[in-house]
Amino acid sequence: MQRTVAVVGTDAVAEAMRQINPDVVPAYPITPQTAIVETFSEMVADGKVESLLINVESEHSAMSAGIGAAAAGGRVMTATSSQGLALMWEMLYIASGLRLPIVLANVNRSLSAPINIHCDHSDSMGARDSGWIQLFSENGQEAYDNTLQAVRIAEHPEVKLPVMVLLDGFIISHSVDRMDFLEDEKAKKFVGEYVPENPLLDAKNPVTWGAFDGLYGHYFEFKRAQQQGMLNAPAVIKMVGEEYGKISGRPYGFFEEYQMEDAEFAVVALGSAAGTIREAVDNARCADMKVGMIKLRMYRPFPAAELVQALSRVKAVGIFDRSDTFAGAMGGPVFVEIRSAFYESAVKPLMSNYIYGLGGRDLSFGLIEKAFSELDDAARTGVVKEKVNYLGLREGEVE
Amino acid sequence: MTWDYSDMKKWGWQKHPRGAVIPQAGTADDYKTGGWRSQRPVLDKEKCINCFFCFIYCPDTAIVVEEEDMKGFNLKHCKGCGICAHECPKDAIAMVDEIKAKQQDEAASA
Repeated sequence: MQRTVAVVGTDAVAEAMRQINPDVVPAYPITPQTAIVETFSEMVADGKVESLLINVESEHSAMSAGIGAAAAGGRVMTATSSQGLALMWEMLYIASGLRLPIVLANVNRSLSAPINIHCDHSDSMGARDSGWIQLFSENGQEAYDNTLQAVRIAEHPEVKLPVMVLLDGFIISHSVDRMDFLEDEKAKKFVGEYVPENPLLDAKNPVTWGAFDGLYGHYFEFKRAQQQGMLNAPAVIKMVGEEYGKISGRPYGFFEEYQMEDAEFAVVALGSAAGTIREAVDNARCADMKVGMIKLRMYRPFPAAELVQALSRVKAVGIFDRSDTFAGAMGGPVFVEIRSAFYESAVKPLMSNYIYGLGGRDLSFGLIEKAFSELDDAARTGVVKEKVNYLGLREGEVE
Repeated sequence: MTWDYSDMKKWGWQKHPRGAVIPQAGTADDYKTGGWRSQRPVLDKEKCINCFFCFIYCPDTAIVVEEEDMKGFNLKHCKGCGICAHECPKDAIAMVDEIKAKQQDEAASA
């Protein structure tokens, strides 16, 4: 029997970490760290988990210690948020370049300036080209489920890449939600034993990690090999998601399609917004609006072909982005990539971008309905009025 | 198992070890850093007292010692940093211009 609990999202991730029982958890213990590490440190202190918890002086050091511990042969996990992920930047690329299967839970929060601690995807979207697999979670349950699966995906011999599990700041991290936890034994069996590759602590087979390549110049070849891990990842993520479904009753794929069968227009969203949008879809369906939703879970690697297939049936698509690329008029990152994915496609829907929720701005039903109504118009008239829209932005004189 | 990487320059991306790991110890022996040298150490064996300060300080393990006797330098790895000459308590090591030393070697072998 799974345990049904009501906990905050950060405790859901900490519980998954307890069941995984990683060898080493290096973490920065204070702001912008979240309660993931606070709860986990209590578990360590209470002897509920055997992990070595290393409190380090910065997130840069957290990832550095994680890389060292992973090269040594340990199963490594850590957690961060916002500026903390930004401070890890340099080391994120080293973890993926060395093909170390580290799992990181990132609580999605905005990046300064101005200083703001609330939810958006600026932190994780900035790391989208760092060579990490990225899995977004809609709620605490998914954050827990994704964390368990992340270990299997990262450590798979065809992948060997670090994985970032993403959960929205406050909306998921600090909100109590009902969820089910697997039995400890089932979770442990699913995650399995870790067999490291070329561990530094194997004194009988001495190896070198992180050597200088600049003189012979094989960097290009290593980067191509790294991409192969990403190219192999979808099949593994699918396999792990199906296997997880068998033991939990909650199967996972690249994305979830909601009311897409007969949809005339659709929206694409990541993270907690999908929950609100699902309700809005239900409401709109009552008003005979044929709208569907795609909730994107796997953002890296990007499931381009599958998204094109799922979206080519509709007349108009609204892409919801909780961050901006600041590339001028290009729109948010999800918009840019979905548009790019459609380039070869003969049939393509009209597309518009809704940038919303920056710095924790609420996404209300009213705002979603506004987007639905504009998309409905586009689907009927064949014209997109505004390509990039800022949903919920105060403009002009606000009364 | 010996890792044969003698033709590594011809390898495609599929052949390299994952994550740029060097899966074997001692490969630095094949990495000839002697070409970086602009100053070459020359030993005056008359002055040498076999204290092995040079051996201890050399960052490249390029001091050749046999049977507790300082024999000279492994010039395939010596980068010519001059630490040995600096640390030698008897001034038994002189740093000479590498290009001139090379020319003299060539003249002697011709």
